[in-house]
Amino acid sequence: MRTSMRAQVLTTAFLFVVAVYILLPVWWLVVSATKSGGDLFDTPGLWFGDLNLAGNVERVMSQDGGLYPRWLLNTLIYSGGGALGATLLAAMAGYALAKYPFRGRGAVFAVIMGAVLVPAPLITLPLYLLESRLGLLNTMWGVLLPCMVSPFGVYLARAYAEAAVPDTLLEAGRIDGAGELRIFFTVGIRLMAPALVTLFLFQFVAIWNNFFLPMMVLNDQALWPITLGLVKWHGIRTGFLRDAVVTGALISIIPVILAFVSLQRFWKADLAAGSVKM
Amino acid sequence: MTNRAALIFLLPFGALFVVFFVLPIGYAINESLYKLKRSGLGFGTPERVFSGLANYAAVFGNGTFLAGVRRLLLFGIVQVPIMLGLALVLALVLDGHAARFKRFFRLVYFLPYAVPGVIAAIVWSFLYTPEISPFGLDLLGGGVVLWSIGNIVTWTWTGFNMLVIYAALQAIPKELCEAASMDGASAWRIAWSIKIPMVRSSLILTGVFSIIGTLQLFNEPTVLNGVTTAVSKSYTPLMWSLQVALDNNDYALGSAIAIVLALLAGALSFLFLRLSAWLTRRGVM
Repeated sequence: MRTSMRAQVLTTAFLFVVAVYILLPVWWLVVSATKSGGDLFDTPGLWFGDLNLAGNVERVMSQDGGLYPRWLLNTLIYSGGGALGATLLAAMAGYALAKYPFRGRGAVFAVIMGAVLVPAPLITLPLYLLESRLGLLNTMWGVLLPCMVSPFGVYLARAYAEAAVPDTLLEAGRIDGAGELRIFFTVGIRLMAPALVTLFLFQFVAIWNNFFLPMMVLNDQALWPITLGLVKWHGIRTGFLRDAVVTGALISIIPVILAFVSLQRFWKADLAAGSVKM
Repeated sequence: MTNRAALIFLLPFGALFVVFFVLPIGYAINESLYKLKRSGLGFGTPERVFSGLANYAAVFGNGTFLAGVRRLLLFGIVQVPIMLGLALVLALVLDGHAARFKRFFRLVYFLPYAVPGVIAAIVWSFLYTPEISPFGLDLLGGGVVLWSIGNIVTWTWTGFNMLVIYAALQAIPKELCEAASMDGASAWRIAWSIKIPMVRSSLILTGVFSIIGTLQLFNEPTVLNGVTTAVSKSYTPLMWSLQVALDNNDYALGSAIAIVLALLAGALSFLFLRLSAWLTRRGVM
């Protein structure tokens, strides 16, 4: 299709304006992370002052006895462990729902679909009350275990298993005498692998972004993820931690951006598969 | 045999699902039906007595709750259409032929998805503070702060919604648009009469997610609560439920608020689905 020069310039200009809007806070964050606390007020917000990045990074890392690196590590544990667990559990459940015509399958699936519509934050308060009974409050497991429950993940895994795992292959495995678990871990999970990477990524980011659950569950600063820690630092009214918050915020988004850019091909194609089926 | 295998595969998810999803819901429902009664002067351990739907009546009769819900409705009516409209336009432009550097733009728009909501809120809160902001405006005052929150949500979620719609656009057979183009249809006409109707299910999906997301608004106002007095600790119903439960130790009322919110989210999503089905039947969309 041929398009006029004018249409090309106009649409590209429109995309450019939106891109400026999106990048503006990121640019401010990058610039501000290089400034000393005083320069945040005294220099133009969108351009560099005296470079103080190293000093800021050192301050973030050593503030309050080195809490920040601890938070970074915790966030990695919550996101990595939680996403790994959620992906594996969802893959197994989705596979079972797609490939075994057991009795009550429809009912199980209906319950899980119903759960997709229940907003997680709304069950966080009762979850907190329940965890206090189970003795899970203020433990890493108190955050990790709930993060491993992803009804939407099961829904996606079921769709992927239906699309990607042919019944004939499973039959062949059974004829060869392989057990069901072995068939799943050698055939099923491999065929579902690209989709499972997507699922892992989405869950990873969801947990990385999570703030509400850890805020409820964790009292001990040493167990906090970055989001919780930075919000607490930020909320100190005197603002004496301001430069640490800014630099800490910048450092906290780098790992996820790297993960996304390097695993780009996974989130494109499979998100499509998921959304078309909805 | 297959029953047993299916059970084994379902068990790990099922067990955690029951403990960390079903049980809390049951617990909240149960909790919300009781009230703590203090004896006489309020000394001694309070007694827990069945109170039926009294907590629910208390929720709906509470000015804080109603103010919070009104705030969210106003927020949703304005912010959700702006965000989804922008997402749709961006997706259509990126799917079309006119614009350049599309790959780059797509990546940029999706960038906020990698930024945790509270981090985005922290960064924007600096940009809203007059002494620091490069714009020199006070965007934290009582009159504008709701829209400042709306801006943070729009910034964070437009790209994600755009990608969902974009993925659906990419799945439309190219021949369809080419045929329409040969018949003389303009790009506008193709977008309006072919593309938008064909991505309807994605639009509905993003619509439902946005409605649910609006009702559970929490992160952004909580962050702004730390930097401005215009956002109270009971600014949204979810924030209020926490204040009630944790600061006042009234778990029953807090649970009732959470349940009312969940039901409200379900009801609004259902209404929205019915409305879109109705519009479809009328041939509007």
